[in-house]
Amino acid sequence: MAGLELLSDQGYRVDGRRAGELRKIQARMGVFAQADGSAYIEQGNTKALAVVYGPHEIRGSRSRALPDRALVNCQYSSATFSTAERKRRPHGDRKSCELGLQLRQTFEAAILTQLHPRSQIDIYVQVLQADGGTYAACVNAATLAVLDAGIPMRDFVCACSAGFVDGTALTDLSHVEEASGSPQLALALLPASGQIALLEMDARLHEDHLEQVLEAAAQAARGVHTLLDRVVRQHVREASILLGD
Amino acid sequence: MCRSGNRCGVQHQWVCQGQAGEYWGHSSFPGGDMGRPQGASAEEPLRLLECSLLLGTSKVQAQLREGGPFRSETPFPSSEVTCQVLQGYMSRRGGWWLGAWLPASSEDPSRLCLQGHTDILVGVKAEMGTPKLEKPDEGYVEFFVDCSANATPEFEGRGGDDLGTEIANTLARIFNKGSLDLKSLCISPREHCWVLYVDVLLLECGGNLFDAISIAVKAALFNTRIPRVHVLEDEEGSKEIELSDDPYDCIQLSVENVPCIITLCKIGYRHVVDATLQEEACSLASLLVSVTNKGVVTCMRKVGKGSLDPESIFEMMETGERVGKALHSSLQSLLHKEESLGPKRQKVGFLG
Repeated sequence: MAGLELLSDQGYRVDGRRAGELRKIQARMGVFAQADGSAYIEQGNTKALAVVYGPHEIRGSRSRALPDRALVNCQYSSATFSTAERKRRPHGDRKSCELGLQLRQTFEAAILTQLHPRSQIDIYVQVLQADGGTYAACVNAATLAVLDAGIPMRDFVCACSAGFVDGTALTDLSHVEEASGSPQLALALLPASGQIALLEMDARLHEDHLEQVLEAAAQAARGVHTLLDRVVRQHVREASILLGD
Repeated sequence: MCRSGNRCGVQHQWVCQGQAGEYWGHSSFPGGDMGRPQGASAEEPLRLLECSLLLGTSKVQAQLREGGPFRSETPFPSSEVTCQVLQGYMSRRGGWWLGAWLPASSEDPSRLCLQGHTDILVGVKAEMGTPKLEKPDEGYVEFFVDCSANATPEFEGRGGDDLGTEIANTLARIFNKGSLDLKSLCISPREHCWVLYVDVLLLECGGNLFDAISIAVKAALFNTRIPRVHVLEDEEGSKEIELSDDPYDCIQLSVENVPCIITLCKIGYRHVVDATLQEEACSLASLLVSVTNKGVVTCMRKVGKGSLDPESIFEMMETGERVGKALHSSLQSLLHKEESLGPKRQKVGFLG
């Protein structure tokens, strides 16, 4: 198959990265004043915003309230101008619903929901520009937003994608690499304990290679954790200066 | 507790300033220290609103508005403040007028506009389509407004659709004949034309939504570049569309006649421009006027549940025209200044 060469003989990828290298990550917490928590993240050209409202009373039908823990409600949407081809609907399509459910599952594993019984926590993520790894960017942004809202969590949730090309595991796939059709895996990790909050694998991959890909994704997620931790500390430092402590 | 309780913060401010003297008693109002209205019982938010209504009315009648010198008040001050109007429009958060390029995958620009706590992102995408039957030699513009759940949880799911459609329809209505040169969007009559999709994404809603969106749309259209295409016709009459090799060979739209919306909120016996959420809550009715740079009114609409006196409508229109002209000239000079900076233009985004 005369496809695009995803990994050159010298070991460089299409955008010039090494196999295990992440794209540049920049993030900021507290971008909006009205929400309880908010964050913005850029991973290469993928840009995502996350907003958290809550914990608050259950909105809508009260029968949805859980007696022993908080309800985590997630919505994923992607701006109509986020992709090269214009999207018709920002949310409500099958892919958005699925990603919303995955986010919910991820954050139910991380937030200490039992501390807020009969209440609701809303997490809304918005992708402004999609260039691969949207799920990972959303999880990372949402982690920062939940932290910004001051909602207790077990740990950070750090996500990263990984692929497998020519016997090598690639981390943090870009859109070109995702579109090539090679197997890919999305992983959300709680880095301190090494627990996996979400694992999703799209294509066929030989069992023998799985460990290698998984390890690469986990390694990248730990890298993301270091960066996010730095962002949080920076934010807290700035906030404490502003408060004059 | 009051981390972001907007209403609450403002009340503190009002009461602490002591400018609403006769309403001092309200500082002991039970809702005054409430963080978020959602957490309160059914009647409390109502009382909170009433309280802010009283305070707001008194403030405006005393010719005082929160937010400092930018937020100009109607009897509109003389022309020396007009350049500040725009800044007030754009940048209540300390000089933020944001231009951001998105997305890198296509050549279409978008622009971010911050107006107080109103955050809007506008993306313009040009796609090739077929002209409408009734106008075979013109392209067309389509508006779409997404009220995302980021702005408020009420917009979750289909909750924001109504407001989105309303804003999109208003935008479509203010763009009437002559606002944009639609003939320049035609590639070959009856066959191909450019369709401009103007997508507005509402990220945070802090009052004066219509005005902010119309400003952002104008700014986004200003830096839209559409690739130049040539139609080649061979002997048999079959046409071929050829795209220029030079990526900088583009046409720029003339946005000179694109109108902006000015919303005038009637509070008590006075009307104000650029109202905050609190002021909007105090206002029973408002008039939405779309004005071009020459002061021509292209569209007018009354919104809100209250009613307006015909006399005050003329007064408000007059203010709208004056503010609109000032706004257009400031916006135009700002856009040209930004463009002249070229690649040196400082990109300000969410990373701040």
